[in-house]
Amino acid sequence: MSALNWHGIWAIFHHEMTRFFRTIWQSLASPVLSTVLYFVVFGAAIGGRIQSVEGVEYGAFIVPGLMMLTVLQQAVSNASFGIYFPKFSGTIFEYLVSPVGWIEVTLGFVGAAAVKAIMIALVILLTSFVFVGVHILHPFWMVAFLVLSSLGFSLLGFIIGLWAKSFEQLQIVPMMVIMPLVFLGGAFYSASMLPPFWEGVAKLNPVLYLISGFRWAFFGLADVPVGTSLFAVALMVVVCMAVIRWIFATGWRLRE
Amino acid sequence: MGAIIEIDHLSKQYGSGTKALDDVSLTIDEGEIIALLGPNGAGKTTMISIICGLVVPTGGTVRVGGHDIRTDWRGARKLIGLVPQEIALEPFEKVINCVRFTRGLYGMPPDDAYIERILRALALWDKRDAATRELSGGMKRRVLIAKALSHQPKVLFLDEPTAGVDVALRREMWQVVGDLRREGVTIILTTHYLEEAEEMADRVGVIAKGRLLLVRPTAELMGEFGKKTLNIELDTPLDAVPGDLADRGVVLTDGRHLRYDYDTRAERTGIARLLGDLAARGITVRDVSTRQSSLEEVFLSLVSEDAA
Repeated sequence: MSALNWHGIWAIFHHEMTRFFRTIWQSLASPVLSTVLYFVVFGAAIGGRIQSVEGVEYGAFIVPGLMMLTVLQQAVSNASFGIYFPKFSGTIFEYLVSPVGWIEVTLGFVGAAAVKAIMIALVILLTSFVFVGVHILHPFWMVAFLVLSSLGFSLLGFIIGLWAKSFEQLQIVPMMVIMPLVFLGGAFYSASMLPPFWEGVAKLNPVLYLISGFRWAFFGLADVPVGTSLFAVALMVVVCMAVIRWIFATGWRLRE
Repeated sequence: MGAIIEIDHLSKQYGSGTKALDDVSLTIDEGEIIALLGPNGAGKTTMISIICGLVVPTGGTVRVGGHDIRTDWRGARKLIGLVPQEIALEPFEKVINCVRFTRGLYGMPPDDAYIERILRALALWDKRDAATRELSGGMKRRVLIAKALSHQPKVLFLDEPTAGVDVALRREMWQVVGDLRREGVTIILTTHYLEEAEEMADRVGVIAKGRLLLVRPTAELMGEFGKKTLNIELDTPLDAVPGDLADRGVVLTDGRHLRYDYDTRAERTGIARLLGDLAARGITVRDVSTRQSSLEEVFLSLVSEDAA
């Protein structure tokens, strides 16, 4: 295998990050406002009636779920838009005629999308300190789950961007699939609060494993074993990489 | 100069059965400018797209600088710059960042001095901080050329570089190509403006229905296929062409002018005999001029021969 084109990876990464910083305030204002609203509605209004979940104050309990909700949304939308826009504007040809392969293009776009999602998640964590006291029990694993989840969903977003033929298609998967999975994945509740049948159904949702692992890193509480959560997110990364490699190898929706 | 591009029995057939390229072989030497002529759908862009990596061939091989485009695509692509037919630029990006980006994609370290040189050469330096959407069509096309040159390629593909641009800008583009030729860049261009090929190219290739009909040095092609017209201005007006001269194809265009078409490939063009016959009849010639048929006429004649 030829040596990686590091200048190529940096060019794509830098280009994507420049676009993010060009609209930094819009990029940050929207997720921060949403978080504040979630804290007001779920933390203050509903949380006032739920004293604690397994010994954790409800306002603090939803912080990992809120962060994961934002990470997933941002990772998918940044990565999908990042690769879809060159397809839309016609500049995709540059990536196909230059000496960059699937791995460089993926690292550039997905790396940038993941970094943006992590930055926004950290801003949300800082915002949450204003409303509740959050103590992180396992900081290393918190960062590990954050990075892996950002990567996994950025890879998924990248696939959506490669697949999409229109802006409508670009929106449909995040709206119709990701959002429901996150809401039903225990962002605002513990799966153990559900009746046994629905708890079983909830465990079919892959996002539950990410949120559970992430929440464990904060509070030591998990709906599923932490090892299973790690395996789920690592499996997602591997499967998405394999799909992307196949897309570039066959030229599906890229080359004639 | 050695060969920089070697195309061997290249073919492209789409799933629908359409043959976009049919067994094309061509060798292009380093530093050469070759123009590919052909009607729409002839296969010119398909050929360029295959060499650059946008389209996957169904048969044959291409080597660029000795690198096979499929097995050693990184090596091949590093040598190539492409200016596509359609203007495709990031609308919100600054001109200079667009060019820096392309240089990075090709694995080259930053070199702002070189980028300044090409932006100045293309009269874009003053617009370096402008977003590309603010530029005119001609400037956008020059940005595409700057991007294609950003990694100092040895081979530059210009796919209809002057399509839709005004005459002044077309001349400006020709100037740019001339400068690149002096720097030793090999240029392959497709064009609909046949005078463009005539003006710039060392060789001309004619493609129709996916087949490369011929490749000849431009001057040789003009000489081989070109017809010339001799215009004779007379001192005294005539009412009609003398009988035997009319039989030889001499036409009276108006009272004072005779026209005679001749083939440059013929052993005898008949010009000396015609002028001698006119003198023998006491017809005084005031002036003579010749006109060579344009490459467009040559091209149309070739394509129609192929269709027949």
